Amino acid sequence: MRYMPHTAEDRAEMLKKVGVGSVDDLFADIPEEARLKGLLDLPTHAPEMDVDRKMQAYGLKNLSPSENPCFLGAGAYRHHVPSVVDHLIQRSEFLTAYTPYQPEISQGTLQALFEFQTQVAMITGMDVANASMYDGATACAEAVLMACRATRRKKAILSGNLHPHYREVTETTVQFTEFEVASDAPVLDGVEDLTANLDKDIACVVVQNPDFFGRLQDLSDLADKCHEVGALLVVVVTEIVSLGLVKSPGEMGADIVVGEGQSIGVALSYGGPYVGLFATRQKYVRQMPGRLCGETVDQEGNRGFVLTLSTREQHIRREKATSNICTNAGLCSLAFSIHMSLLGQSGFKQLAEINHGEAVTAAEKLEAAGLEILNDSFFNEFTVKLPGSAEKAVEALADKGILGGVPVSRLIPGEAAFENLLLVTVTETNTDEEVDQLVAALKEIANAE
Amino acid sequence: MLNNVGRPTRPEGTSGNVDLDGTFTGNKALNLETPLIFEQGVKGRVGVDLRAPKKVKNRLGGLERPEDPELPDLSEPQVLRHYVRLSRQNYSIDAGFYPLGSCTMKHNPRINEKAARMKGLGDIHPMQPVSTVQGALELIDDLGHWLKTITGMPAVAMSPAAGAHGELCGVMAIRAAHDAKGESRTRILVPESAHGTNPATAALCGYKVESVPARADGRMDLEAFEAALGPDVAGVMLTNPNTCGLFENDIKKIADLVHAAGGYFYCDGANLNAILGRTRPGDLGVDAMHINLHKTFSTPHGGGGPGSGPVVLSEALADFAPVPYVVNGKDGYGLQEHVSGDATASFGRMKTFHGQMGMFIRAMAYMLSHGSDGLRQIAEDAVLNANYVRVGLNDLLHSPFDGICMHEALFDDSTLKDTGVTTLDIAKAMIDEGYHPMTMYFPLVVHGAMLIEPTESETKETLDLFIGSLRHLIEKAKTSNDPDFFKQAPHFAPRRRLDETAAARKPILRWSAENDAA
Repeated sequence: MRYMPHTAEDRAEMLKKVGVGSVDDLFADIPEEARLKGLLDLPTHAPEMDVDRKMQAYGLKNLSPSENPCFLGAGAYRHHVPSVVDHLIQRSEFLTAYTPYQPEISQGTLQALFEFQTQVAMITGMDVANASMYDGATACAEAVLMACRATRRKKAILSGNLHPHYREVTETTVQFTEFEVASDAPVLDGVEDLTANLDKDIACVVVQNPDFFGRLQDLSDLADKCHEVGALLVVVVTEIVSLGLVKSPGEMGADIVVGEGQSIGVALSYGGPYVGLFATRQKYVRQMPGRLCGETVDQEGNRGFVLTLSTREQHIRREKATSNICTNAGLCSLAFSIHMSLLGQSGFKQLAEINHGEAVTAAEKLEAAGLEILNDSFFNEFTVKLPGSAEKAVEALADKGILGGVPVSRLIPGEAAFENLLLVTVTETNTDEEVDQLVAALKEIANAE
Repeated sequence: MLNNVGRPTRPEGTSGNVDLDGTFTGNKALNLETPLIFEQGVKGRVGVDLRAPKKVKNRLGGLERPEDPELPDLSEPQVLRHYVRLSRQNYSIDAGFYPLGSCTMKHNPRINEKAARMKGLGDIHPMQPVSTVQGALELIDDLGHWLKTITGMPAVAMSPAAGAHGELCGVMAIRAAHDAKGESRTRILVPESAHGTNPATAALCGYKVESVPARADGRMDLEAFEAALGPDVAGVMLTNPNTCGLFENDIKKIADLVHAAGGYFYCDGANLNAILGRTRPGDLGVDAMHINLHKTFSTPHGGGGPGSGPVVLSEALADFAPVPYVVNGKDGYGLQEHVSGDATASFGRMKTFHGQMGMFIRAMAYMLSHGSDGLRQIAEDAVLNANYVRVGLNDLLHSPFDGICMHEALFDDSTLKDTGVTTLDIAKAMIDEGYHPMTMYFPLVVHGAMLIEPTESETKETLDLFIGSLRHLIEKAKTSNDPDFFKQAPHFAPRRRLDETAAARKPILRWSAENDAA
């Protein structure tokens, strides 16, 4: 067993030193009737070569965007990750380090987290950010809990055009607490009115920009109306690259911004692990969930970093903690931070411009082919209305080796109005040829209806 | 033969009294400092080569960003150097021994990393048609099968993102099961020595947390537990092996008692490492247990995650599991993604998409590498190593509880009484010896606790050296009358002891141009 070093002689000598006759004596506290006598009914150990082969075999049964045009988004986005990112996060000192509870020998991770917090605050237009959460949806749920704590109110309003998983995770998370959420129905035509039930009992309104269907909206008025009744505005961003070009939630008056950072530096990985972003105003710092890294000095006056404000955390406050989060997405946030450092201001903006340019070009080609795009505004993702079932269209596209988009009905099932809607995302990874392939294939499918 | 006779250790003509306090650069040879990334940017540099954007009429709906966020611009080599320098300020399992109790820091095999990056596994989109991800679903299903077999449980929920998230999943399933029976139960019993996430989780599920004391032998007080049970108790949250490093040998009685009272048994699986292949939680009466893939199954800790916390469930709780889950049908694998049809009892959804696939891949590779025989060996060697450390130190350090321990050895600080040296000081001195400190002051039930977990991947020589180092420090603390040496530790780390009080009192949580100028 290559990961375990003991020889039979080592074990015998160690058992003798411990003062027991056999290994079984070490497990004497396990009730007799619950002790396993033989091996578990599973294969025995395998050499690295066989494991490699088996893992390859799993992979070969999947259609990978590496080899096929991919236009999928809906909360997970395919972007090019510079080689430097993966090289650096695989360095042992980052990859195999523990949570930085011993700051003197964890400055690498801590400084990187401090820089991550700063980058997230900058791009969201907020004052402070935490050191990452599990993903965007769990961050959204935590934002609602935090807004309820901060306002001492119990109700939240969720936009109907919020990513359905974000809505479901939030509803699931608060269902057994004293708080409640009310979710609006999705609105495709016209403007969603989130102020109808806004009153002094509402802790927050949660809205996504660009929304689930890709549409952009100015939330400044909504922010004002929330603030008039003392409610907070929570803005969700699932495609963080959009903030290279689009007015930030902070500039629109958001009080909490949560998002998914996967687009920057993190592989698609079939949905996880991703990186949750969470930013807010300075006055709410002590209400924030999750980990925070702060600057300080050491005994010699050198600048250093530590995890801080842990009095909010479960290891001290236990049942009164702001959240039960313990492990965060440290390595994923590092990948995000490295990629963001490579991009810098000019690169971040340019990446956003490329994405928007490619998406607009694709939308124009689809429109020219006679297909209808439902949203008037978008960043790199938009909704196409097909004459027939979007799920069927996606299967037909997959048969041609094209990962052609996400049918809205996969996330919002059972609504006849959504069955023909296809979410299409175009990023810097898509070539003109790929877009032409998609347009031709969708046109063919549309004409066959 | 090497001539090392004529090789001076210091430049000729120097007295040896060279100034060792500082260098002009702040660097110390291989220990290279790096400023914050924001202090290194120069406008006009760029670390990526991107193509020119297409010239199109924008469709942003008038929402162009009015002000740039002002991220720093750097070149690729600058960024590379910055993070390489940062990495060298970190301790890691690949560089040295991490005897952290209750945290199971073990070897992270690189075949796992390789597999996670295979294009058919790392580069697949969560919303691809299920017909195009049959291999991914098969892997999730296989991993689930291994977890169910290892734990002897009939069902598993794969999506929780970390251990604490898994706890939430388990306790939500318990709450949903009671609600489905129309029972309103308000209390959850949690032993004093529990992980802090346990009470936090129970509170998130709307429960009142009631602490159960420990007995003198370090196990939960069975009589107190029995007395606390009642028709309003939803369940118990127990860690086994517990955080004192001991197996709760009354576990079957605990399970029977809580079941008889109509409650459920949640077992915190953080310490599964110790019992792999020796016993199955399903045979002990457990109803729900999360499994930290990033501990037991070696997916890397990454300086604080990502984690992954699948939850195994008993028959009684299985129907309440969160969506999504993989369905193995005759036409291949499918996905139940919504609370509908067969999943109407489900308590909901815990995260976007299908779970921490990247961690599933690593854990699967790890399990295949070990197999049933290797998994059993893990527990045997982990427990042997812990007991070896225990007997190597217990004449010098006091063990609060007698006898064999499981995968971690627990000591208190009584031996340091009147020395002026604390558990924290010893931990910081261990850093100078080249170790990551053990877990300090946890479990809370033991004064000045030192919890040491040497996992199965450590050699006897490593343990001997570690035992020797710790003995040296304890003896020095007891005999030298120089607490200041310990108070000043660490002496050789990239940073000396950091002022955590100042950080909390006046938090600086981000860089800003104004702060920097001040």
